[in-house]
Amino acid sequence: MDLKNLESLSFFYPELILSGTILLLIALDLLVRSQRTLATLVVIGCVASLLATFDLYSAQQGWLFHRMIILDNFSLFFKIFALVAAILTVWMSLGSNEIRRVHQGEYYTLLLTCTLGIFFMASASNLLTAYLSLELVSLTSYVLTGFLPHNRRSSEAALKYLIYGGVASGTMIYGMSWIYGMTGSLDYAAIQSALAQPQVSRVALFMAFVFILAGFGYKMVFVPFHMWSPDVYEGAPTPFTAFLSVASNAAGAAIMIRFFFPGVSHMVTGGDWTFVSGIEWPQLLLFVSMITMTVGNLCALNQRNLKRMLAYSGIAHAGYMLMGLAVLNNDGLQAILFYVVVYLIMNLGAFLVVVMIANATGNEEIDSYRGLAWRGAVLPAACLAVFLFSLTGLPPFAGFVGKFLLFAAVINEGGTFVFLAVVAILNSVISLYYYAKIVKIMFLDTPDPGEKSLTIAGHNFTLLIPLTALTIVLGVYFSPLVYYTSQSLRFFMK
Amino acid sequence: MEHVLTYMTFIPVAGMVVVLLLPGKSPNLVRWVSAAFTVPPLLMACWLYANFDPTKPGLQFVEKASWIPAYNIQYFVGVDGLSISMVFLTALLCFLCIFASWGIDKGVKGYFALFLLLDAGMMGVFVALDFFLFFIFWEVMLLPMYFLIGIWGGPRREYAAIKFFLYTLFGSGLMLLAILALYFASDPHTFDMPVLMSQASKFGTQTLSIWPFNQWGWGFQHVVWMALFIGFAIKIPAFPFHTWLPDAHVEAPTAISVILAGILLKMGTYGILRINFPMLPVATADLAFWFLGALGAWNIIYGALCAMAQKDLKKLVAYSSVSHMGYVMLGMATFTTQGINGAVLQMFNHGTITGMLFLLVGVIYDRAHHRDIDGFGGLAAIMPIYTGVTALAFFASMGLPGLSGFISEVLVLLGSWQKFPVLAIIGASGVILTAGYLLWTIQRVYLGPLNEKYKSLPDINGREMFTLVPLGAIVILVGVYPNVVLDLLRASLDQINQIVLPHLHS
Repeated sequence: MDLKNLESLSFFYPELILSGTILLLIALDLLVRSQRTLATLVVIGCVASLLATFDLYSAQQGWLFHRMIILDNFSLFFKIFALVAAILTVWMSLGSNEIRRVHQGEYYTLLLTCTLGIFFMASASNLLTAYLSLELVSLTSYVLTGFLPHNRRSSEAALKYLIYGGVASGTMIYGMSWIYGMTGSLDYAAIQSALAQPQVSRVALFMAFVFILAGFGYKMVFVPFHMWSPDVYEGAPTPFTAFLSVASNAAGAAIMIRFFFPGVSHMVTGGDWTFVSGIEWPQLLLFVSMITMTVGNLCALNQRNLKRMLAYSGIAHAGYMLMGLAVLNNDGLQAILFYVVVYLIMNLGAFLVVVMIANATGNEEIDSYRGLAWRGAVLPAACLAVFLFSLTGLPPFAGFVGKFLLFAAVINEGGTFVFLAVVAILNSVISLYYYAKIVKIMFLDTPDPGEKSLTIAGHNFTLLIPLTALTIVLGVYFSPLVYYTSQSLRFFMK
Repeated sequence: MEHVLTYMTFIPVAGMVVVLLLPGKSPNLVRWVSAAFTVPPLLMACWLYANFDPTKPGLQFVEKASWIPAYNIQYFVGVDGLSISMVFLTALLCFLCIFASWGIDKGVKGYFALFLLLDAGMMGVFVALDFFLFFIFWEVMLLPMYFLIGIWGGPRREYAAIKFFLYTLFGSGLMLLAILALYFASDPHTFDMPVLMSQASKFGTQTLSIWPFNQWGWGFQHVVWMALFIGFAIKIPAFPFHTWLPDAHVEAPTAISVILAGILLKMGTYGILRINFPMLPVATADLAFWFLGALGAWNIIYGALCAMAQKDLKKLVAYSSVSHMGYVMLGMATFTTQGINGAVLQMFNHGTITGMLFLLVGVIYDRAHHRDIDGFGGLAAIMPIYTGVTALAFFASMGLPGLSGFISEVLVLLGSWQKFPVLAIIGASGVILTAGYLLWTIQRVYLGPLNEKYKSLPDINGREMFTLVPLGAIVILVGVYPNVVLDLLRASLDQINQIVLPHLHS
């Protein structure tokens, strides 16, 4: 279906609810000062939007607003994903001392606006909406990164983020202008049919794709567009870092899949895709994937700040996810979808422990975790160990299954991809070293004699325990998620 | 008793949960509860032994259920002649090691909970017949092992723990790729080990891109074989992947050293026999025959020479493990009935003998708080019972007739003499080296003038004897009547051997 503006509105409830919540939030912020009230409103808004999103599964799929955005299972998957991430982040923010000191109303407003941006990123079917949604997510992220008042690192991070983001999106829109010049359209479907013509220069097209990749790559955080991430992760308020690391990364993956798969590629039978002929796209992605995971892991080895380390580990994980894009088939895409869900659970969990410990010790340096298990924080330490081992990809944790599916997709492809798989395995071994180093510091090292026992506030356990349980349960029984992700791979194409 | 193998695997997991829920204030309660949870698996292992039909080569006590249908992953367990001896060994050593861990007093709950998880993981590896399940158990073992060495180990425990972890993870990563390669090569895609074996002929030597050995006729099978082999060789540990072992052994607490040497090392050779041999027979015939035998012989000599140079008693025993696992590899590589039976018997014997050796080292370390071989002297005078038991274990280790080590080593050498006499001679000379370092150790530690510092050391106590006597009894029993174990193995091993033999070139 291809709907006009007014007709589209009835398929647009999740976004409308979210926008309404945002407006209400701004108004309410003038009246109440209680963090809980505002957070409750946000959660209610998100849950309502979530229900509306689920309701759309029964609706017909198609274009909305004159083919500006698309409604299909794939976009619904990322909408649900963004909402869940937002709800969990709000929950986490409630238990964070950092957030308690900032302007609550603005914080939640920007967080929800960022979520709304992710909605559009996942459903853009036009280069214009793709660009606008990406900027919406970026702009809110810049502000949230610099949200800690009187904090030099936070301000520095925001500025760096802004400059990198500006360059990356500038490059991207330049690439888009090339595409427009060559095809005469901004609409994905029109671009796809125009690219089938042999007279479109392959060299120019390749350059245009690479330019566009700069914008997407900066959202998904892969080399060489990763430079901003360690500073931003370190400087931003931790709950927002957690949101950024999972939701923004996933949105990058979503917009990239949407553009490079149903956007310009053709689907052939059996879940395989063929890219625009004459362009060695998989080879490029394979190379980027290898570099990304290696750079991320090697840089993570010597970090002293846990948030920085998780930033580099995030880069490495973006590299793993790229494996799924490089193989150009549905198995790979499904593995990515599975991976973003698993990554959401385990990475949010890891950042939650960072919040809990930072509440008690006041910093995020790895040194302050020394002997944590013997200082009255054995449960957070054990949970962090579970998340870190899951990030390494060890069974019986969910991270293993995520990697397993990615490896399966890569091995099934065979050929040079086997080499990619071997590089990824070596990277997993490297990553074990720095993840286990944290575990070592928490469990194997004895605390300094002068260290006092930590008091951990109870609120965060209400989120920590379910996330840990989910990490283990998904590692042992993952059939439902496999089914759900395979269903989410239905793209609407004309 | 339909689900006996499931019970054996998961009762320790239940034990782990119970131990974690116990109050932390009474360590003795934790110890006794942990011990109680290792008894049922041991009893079930005995029942299994009694009810196992050794004349049948195939799998017995099979349980099968669908687990993740989307990828055709099953919960599939069972035992055959190859695994039953290992299952018994696991159940026995885990039970005994609980008592060997009695002296642990830091974080008792954590220790025993992790120990029980380790128990479950090891049992799972030996009974799993679905490749995915096998891999899960294989990896699950790593986590408790890391913590057990890293928290309760010796002075360099952190280094040893992470080294062990990194080595094994590297190996298992390659193994995972090999598993996936086999999965996608099978049709329909499956992780079911017996099905994969039955499709062995399909996994051909098709050429691969970016692989330099295509012109030798080495293709898919050989690549997968090597990936699996490296994974297993790290566990054995075969030269040059053995360097984690001395560190891990020396730093680990006594009971964990016993588990490490007694069970974990066997997983390497078990994996090769269970997976490489029957699933990839062509590559096995090409790669294992000389290569594995030579590697085994090299392990025997290299390990023995290293052991001879050690000053630390525990390190000596650790290197003797490297040496003795060489016999297993040598025996496997012969593809003769004697050799392969001897190899698996050696796996069992090495588990009991080295278990004893590590327990004995633990006994003296608990008393003297060091393990320096030259720091003792004349212990026989004050610790006669201890010395007697040690002598039994040492003699068994060096292969004295009448004790179990002799039977398996002779079988291995008989087998290898038929195929490669040179390696048999090298292997046999390893026996002399073994006798050399063990007798020299006896002389330095137990004989000679008594070191005055230790004249008041108490002799071995009841708890320690309790852990040693069952192992000693098995060593003598198998030495006198080896058929108690060999009867179990024969049919299954013959079957594996028959799969590979037609592909051998000589």
